[in-house]
Amino acid sequence: MKSLILKEIDELIFGSLGIIIFISFFIGAVITIQTALNLTNPIIPKYLIGFTARQSLILEFSPTFVSIVMAGKVGSYITSSIGSMRVTEQIDALDVMGVNALNYLVFPKIIAMLFYPFAIAISMFVGISGGWIAGVFGGFLTSADFVEGLQLDFSPFQVTYAFIKTLVFAFVLATVPSYHGFYMKGGALEVGKASTTAFVWTSVVIIVSNYILTQLLLGQ
Amino acid sequence: MIEVNDIHKSFDDAHILKGITTSFQKGKTNLIIGQSGSGKTVFLKCLLGLFTPEEGTISYDGKIYNDLTDAEKRDLRQEMGMVFQGSALFDSMSVEGNVKFPLEMFTKQSKSEMQDRADFVLKRVNLVDAHHKFPSEISGGMQKRVAIARAIVMNPKYLFCDEPNSGLDPKTAIVIDNLIKEITEEYDITTIINTHDMNSVMEIGEKILFLKDGLKAWEGTNKEIFKTDNETVTDFVYSSDLFKKVRQMYIEERN
Repeated sequence: MKSLILKEIDELIFGSLGIIIFISFFIGAVITIQTALNLTNPIIPKYLIGFTARQSLILEFSPTFVSIVMAGKVGSYITSSIGSMRVTEQIDALDVMGVNALNYLVFPKIIAMLFYPFAIAISMFVGISGGWIAGVFGGFLTSADFVEGLQLDFSPFQVTYAFIKTLVFAFVLATVPSYHGFYMKGGALEVGKASTTAFVWTSVVIIVSNYILTQLLLGQ
Repeated sequence: MIEVNDIHKSFDDAHILKGITTSFQKGKTNLIIGQSGSGKTVFLKCLLGLFTPEEGTISYDGKIYNDLTDAEKRDLRQEMGMVFQGSALFDSMSVEGNVKFPLEMFTKQSKSEMQDRADFVLKRVNLVDAHHKFPSEISGGMQKRVAIARAIVMNPKYLFCDEPNSGLDPKTAIVIDNLIKEITEEYDITTIINTHDMNSVMEIGEKILFLKDGLKAWEGTNKEIFKTDNETVTDFVYSSDLFKKVRQMYIEERN
């Protein structure tokens, strides 16, 4: 089981870092540029650009938007890999041997996804770095303004809130696609359909749970 | 020995198995034949414990499956080996990994003991150079041999094969048939094969069970199937001109 968990960590977490870093860097950069271009009033201080980038990235982009992307990347991988095992009778083979197939296939994925918050922490860091590079080297604000914005009214609970969300999304990312893969019926075409359905439902569950968690954790 | 007593199995409104009673002897290759939709696969899955019949009993060397506790059922499953129609090898594991898998899951053998056992069974199925290859890198016939090696690695008492030579060329199909027969006799296993292949029926069918519409239509040996006057059986078994001629020659020879 240990080797299975390590394999899943490699596949699900390390295998996703490239796309997470790529998206986070450019979204961070775009958020900064868009904010800078829309804050045209000279009364509004420039450091609000850094502040907006931080809030957008930590509160929503990294935990939620990246999780939607992961629903496509990790979710479809999980559904199609388990679904292919169903189609090719590999799950039946596990059952016949007396192996608890659901536990054998899904449990390592749930454990592996406990490391998902580390990927999101990297996303936050890279996103903010992308914002800083785009803001400073694009000539929209100084490095000091950006850093001042990053530190403005910082509440550590916002990071806690982001990681609580991330853990819930990690569970959703591991279980919803697994369910669709494990209980699919049919052939290769149905594996594709199950992957699409899994992506849709994973996204829906993430969006709805995001709303509920935000209301519960940040609402008055 | 596996004894089946009046089993019934339905899915929603479809009554698939309508009361089958038979027995499968130890050390013999028992074949289940019948048209598509006759209930062969459902019957085999009932024997494997994957489906639970609504009525009737299945006993394995006297142990009635429904009377067993969950732990006893798990133990019994470990005495079963299964060769699936599509081999069902684990894609992510090498040939050796597939064969070692049951040992890793259910035994406390050391790594060297597992290696020795895997080497032994792979050699037994005549696969000596494929240990580190992945299922996608080997032929269909080799995949079947790996599946047989995985099925016998735990020294099973019962071996089930679902169309073991489907998709194989006739020569490889005979090799697989003979391998299953040899292993059955060598290890004194109760082997049950679900097949459409009439060559298998003629070659290795020490006991043949013919199913039709969820019922036992005929049972006997590969010698008896030549002589039977049961039209349902002869229509199915001798549906090709070749087999009709073979049977005709056999009957003429006898007369």
